[in-house]
Amino acid sequence: MSDKFIYLDNAATTKTSPEVFEAMKPYFSELYGNPSSIYAFGGKAKAVVEEAREIIADSIGAKTNEIYFTGGGSESDNWAIIGAAEAYKSKGRHIITSKIEHHGVLHTCKYLEKNGYEVTYLNVDEKGFVDIEELKRAIRPETILITIMYANNEIGTIEPVAEIGRIAKEHGILFHTDAVQAYGHIPINVDNENIDMLSASAHKLNGPKGIGFLYIRKGVKIGSYIHGGGQERSRRAGTHNVPGIVGFGKAAELALSNMEDRIKKQTELRDYFIKRVTEEIKYVRINGDLTKRLPNNINVCFRFIEGESMLILLDMNGICASSGSACTSGSLDPSHVLLALGLPHEIAHGSLRITLSQETVKEDLDYVVDKLKEIVDRLRSMSPLYEDFVQKEER
Amino acid sequence: MYSEKVMDHFSNPRNVGEIENASGVGTVGNAKCGDIMRIFLDIDDNQIIKDVKFKTFGCGAAVATSSMATELVKGKSVYDALKVTNKAVMDALDGLPPVKVHCSLLAEEAIHAALWDYAEKNGIKIEGLEKPKNDISEEEEEEEEDY
Repeated sequence: MSDKFIYLDNAATTKTSPEVFEAMKPYFSELYGNPSSIYAFGGKAKAVVEEAREIIADSIGAKTNEIYFTGGGSESDNWAIIGAAEAYKSKGRHIITSKIEHHGVLHTCKYLEKNGYEVTYLNVDEKGFVDIEELKRAIRPETILITIMYANNEIGTIEPVAEIGRIAKEHGILFHTDAVQAYGHIPINVDNENIDMLSASAHKLNGPKGIGFLYIRKGVKIGSYIHGGGQERSRRAGTHNVPGIVGFGKAAELALSNMEDRIKKQTELRDYFIKRVTEEIKYVRINGDLTKRLPNNINVCFRFIEGESMLILLDMNGICASSGSACTSGSLDPSHVLLALGLPHEIAHGSLRITLSQETVKEDLDYVVDKLKEIVDRLRSMSPLYEDFVQKEER
Repeated sequence: MYSEKVMDHFSNPRNVGEIENASGVGTVGNAKCGDIMRIFLDIDDNQIIKDVKFKTFGCGAAVATSSMATELVKGKSVYDALKVTNKAVMDALDGLPPVKVHCSLLAEEAIHAALWDYAEKNGIKIEGLEKPKNDISEEEEEEEEDY
């Protein structure tokens, strides 16, 4: 095993930054009061919860009474979609989403399909963009919700959210966006983009795990999803996760304060990596768009080899990354996102996702590309697909 | 998630490569599911497997089961090689995670496919050897997804 440790799976989760951890610490064993309690000790906790809410509301151009803390991105997605489906069913039972959503959205839509709702799954083009014309055609009088992600978690493609928001508004349809990968990484404004609901999660931006929020525009009438208490304006029961909320607030504050620099630095590193890989390794395909892309996302398919093998060999060299191969998804099919781009299965199996952090430096990426070259050569030398390909080429 | 033996056979696979003018070659699996194994056998006049090589496209378990399967049949008669089951391959690797059991089935099938090819080329019949399926995954039932 290598003594190196290069963590490049920041779309899976990120390190809780030391400043965030420091900010959270007092709210475990010292200021552990319940924000809902009447005494001053609880009031202190309530004050910091409201401070965090303000930071977060500001970060997306929302009002504080439109931010609802949840247990994370998946809960926010479930709540937004199921909540809207129930609240607006008298208007209709049709929902529009895309084929490349996170399972937090897709499986929730499947659940609704089993319960009397109809769902349209929009196609995407080879870069992963939702087809706006297809979206317009999919709208019916009974459409109650459009839910399309802000940016894709696997390939980093940033969807035309403002355009989707405008269309939704014109038709009087609610627009929810899963912004779990985008929030804190690129600028978002719920008013400019006509977003009615937005899901986000702290641990994707150097915050703690187990805390997220759902933005719900004032006037959107969705009911509560977790019942049992008056927290979060009686819409989301459960004692506030005070350390988590404080950590989320701190993480959002830090992410917003250095966003511009981070975008610039990560975009340069991202493009440098993509350039080296495409120039130095044969038979590769970069997935997603090259510019309308999350600054920290790289996704590349290496033909004739399989992703899990690649990940194990990278791990042996101290590199943490991920793949959309079947073996890493626990099923026989590779990633639904890569298949939706139109990639054949055998190419999709050879995908590698590398997601940068703000600590990633060029030397890390040089080391990864150097190791990748060895690993890809090695796996190809034992691949029957590569053998067949070379034989065909020689003929 | 993998045993030490699986990791050993994945990181130092035995018998990787090809055999020119092999006595039998078998390819099984399906790129769609992410596993393809190709086994080359060199069988002498006494029906002893003198040499065996493999090439595999697939996950860690696919490589490790190919490697172990080649080790288990090397030096054996074609009849003894036929008795090497997927369970024997798994046991020799100290087990596989449940989702990877199909890799061991694929390894067994790859050996059978190579033996079948050898039998066909030489116009002989190997007792107990059935025409191999080229894709074991067709048999697997898709797991029900719960929502």
